[in-house]
Amino acid sequence: MNTKDVTFLEDTFKKFYFEHFDLLHVPDNPNQREFGYQKFNGGMNRHISLKSDKDLHLLLMQNKPSDVYCSNARYMFPNLPMAEKDWQNAEIIFDIDAKDLRKEYPKDNTLIKCSDCNEISSLNKSCPNCQSTKLSFTTLTCNDCIKSTKDEVVKLNQILTDDLGIDQQNIKIFFSGNEGFHIYVSKSEYDDVGSKERAEIADYIMFRGSIPETFGFRKFNMNKSSLPKFEDVGWGGRLAKHLYGTKSNRPKILQEVLSGGYTLFQKRLEDFRDSIGIKIDPNVTQDIHRIFRLPGSINSKSGLTKIFVEDLKKFDPYVDACFIDDEEVEVVTNCPIEFSLKKKKFGPFNNEQVSVPKFAAVYMMCKGIASSV
Amino acid sequence: MVNLGNDEIVKYPFLAEAGKYLSDKGFSLEQFGTDPDLKKIVENAFERIITASEGRIFKSDFSSNNSALPMEIFSFLIAVILLKLSGMNTLIRRFSLAEARRAEKFLEKDLMNYQDATKTKLSLQILKELFSVTVEKSDKGFTILVRDYLKHSINFYEREWKLINRKVVNGKVHLTPHETVRLVRKELDRHIYTKINSSSSPDMIIGFETYVDKLKQLAKKFEVKTVESKEFPPCIKHAIEVLEKGENLPHSGRFMLATFLLNKGQTVGQIAPLFKNAPDYNPKVTIYQLNQLSGISGTTEYKCPSCEKVKSQNLCFPVPACDTIINPLQFGRKRV
Repeated sequence: MNTKDVTFLEDTFKKFYFEHFDLLHVPDNPNQREFGYQKFNGGMNRHISLKSDKDLHLLLMQNKPSDVYCSNARYMFPNLPMAEKDWQNAEIIFDIDAKDLRKEYPKDNTLIKCSDCNEISSLNKSCPNCQSTKLSFTTLTCNDCIKSTKDEVVKLNQILTDDLGIDQQNIKIFFSGNEGFHIYVSKSEYDDVGSKERAEIADYIMFRGSIPETFGFRKFNMNKSSLPKFEDVGWGGRLAKHLYGTKSNRPKILQEVLSGGYTLFQKRLEDFRDSIGIKIDPNVTQDIHRIFRLPGSINSKSGLTKIFVEDLKKFDPYVDACFIDDEEVEVVTNCPIEFSLKKKKFGPFNNEQVSVPKFAAVYMMCKGIASSV
Repeated sequence: MVNLGNDEIVKYPFLAEAGKYLSDKGFSLEQFGTDPDLKKIVENAFERIITASEGRIFKSDFSSNNSALPMEIFSFLIAVILLKLSGMNTLIRRFSLAEARRAEKFLEKDLMNYQDATKTKLSLQILKELFSVTVEKSDKGFTILVRDYLKHSINFYEREWKLINRKVVNGKVHLTPHETVRLVRKELDRHIYTKINSSSSPDMIIGFETYVDKLKQLAKKFEVKTVESKEFPPCIKHAIEVLEKGENLPHSGRFMLATFLLNKGQTVGQIAPLFKNAPDYNPKVTIYQLNQLSGISGTTEYKCPSCEKVKSQNLCFPVPACDTIINPLQFGRKRV
């Protein structure tokens, strides 16, 4: 990113923070948390200890960060190197991101950047300019993508409460600031479980590693009645609903399952992972030393803010998480597809200088498709 | 602590304080080496070790335990002394595992003892005090908190122990009595092993020398020698192929490849060029990350992920030789 753009974004972010200190708070037990931040074009600064909101606000004003992070873990000595921090416990966090849900990029919402010639164009298998296949993909605002991530959050919530016994009050949903959600489970009995255990919880949620025997399918002495039923609790019931569709279908499907045999059922279970498993990022859940974007801070991949979601159904990230003001600014942009923010449509722009509200300019600059004039 | 009667100590002899038990019964260790009436106990103890070393479970003779000389308990305690005198760790390991499996059988039986509620209560108490596992009785079996279940189940490689293969309702895992006890086998084994290892080693006791020598000879039988082929496992070959083609290898694949090669003794400088063809190759980042994984930059030296993990990341392309391994690092290793 060029210096002019960096200055523009730093100033815009700083203004946002100055005007929205009310959104930015240190979490509970702040002196046990590790904080970190990144600057535009800079590396990560970690192992920072902050004691209060005032410390945090000072850090934001002094450093003009592009991104701010805080650990879900509590440590005795959060500012020491990792091995000396003395880990105490950590909230469990689940990350559901649109990129992990899609089988292919949404045609109308994705653009490609060629790594060889830097050409930006709408979705294509190769660069229309130099035919290179070394491409990076950038998705812009996509309501369908948000809808699918919301559906996953709802399904995850059900497993957390029904299966894992987590109190609904302890589950908090945050929009990640780009194209996903972070689901925090705090004050639960899982706070002090380690990384391996969390990986197992992630596998459970993702429906990974199931075996036919779990659902009553044995290699020998097979009995129809032991296969999952609609009224079964947990994955048994969920699998039954997915497998049979309707109760009246059960006998027919059961016959198919039985005649297919053990290996085919095993294969089917593996396939079901994609359809009924919740698409969380397991690496996030199992990492007990990670620092997460701080709620209330801006995500420099989009210029949108990571915020608490009170009503998931009604939540529209492209309106509710877009806090940058609408002062008109001039930018040069190459955005071959349309996007929508604060209920306004922008683009397509063909390598041209345009005047847009600052929130749209920031969004495009963060996505790497615009520069300030 | 759990209050144990004689018949409970027979089942769970590792719960008794050895020295105290002997002196309470009016015996000293030396007597076992010299008193012809006690010779049978030493022979029994020796037999108990041999049985364990062969992977079998020692059969208990409960008839003797109501006598003044509870053979079963003594044989365990003397077996521990013989093992300590031999100093053969491999035998101690085999012995503690066999004793854990023996105790497991009794625990399971006691858990299912619906006629005598005190037996169930006692076994639940043992599970709680020894392994901090709170087990509750349910209609059809037992339940345990998911958190407690995971603490133990992560030690198992068999897929049936994965949480996904359990009935999980409202934060609790449902288990049969057998599964409940099986869950703590490893900890039971570790408990017995630690207890034996941490007990003080006595000086050689007259009359024990022959047994101790035999144990030393026996331990040699279990020395394992292995040879290793230079061939890479298919998951690693696949990862290298993907990179060579210039295709994108996911982060988990890069982690697996790098840790595998580092664990096999390759240097960061030898490994780094492999990533040259990656679409997002950045030499600085590559070296930084390899240094992190190798422990050069940080303090942790990362280990190559298990086959289970590799499989769950869709990076596994098994061949028949993979059937007997649980980590890619073991590929091509054979006992001779």
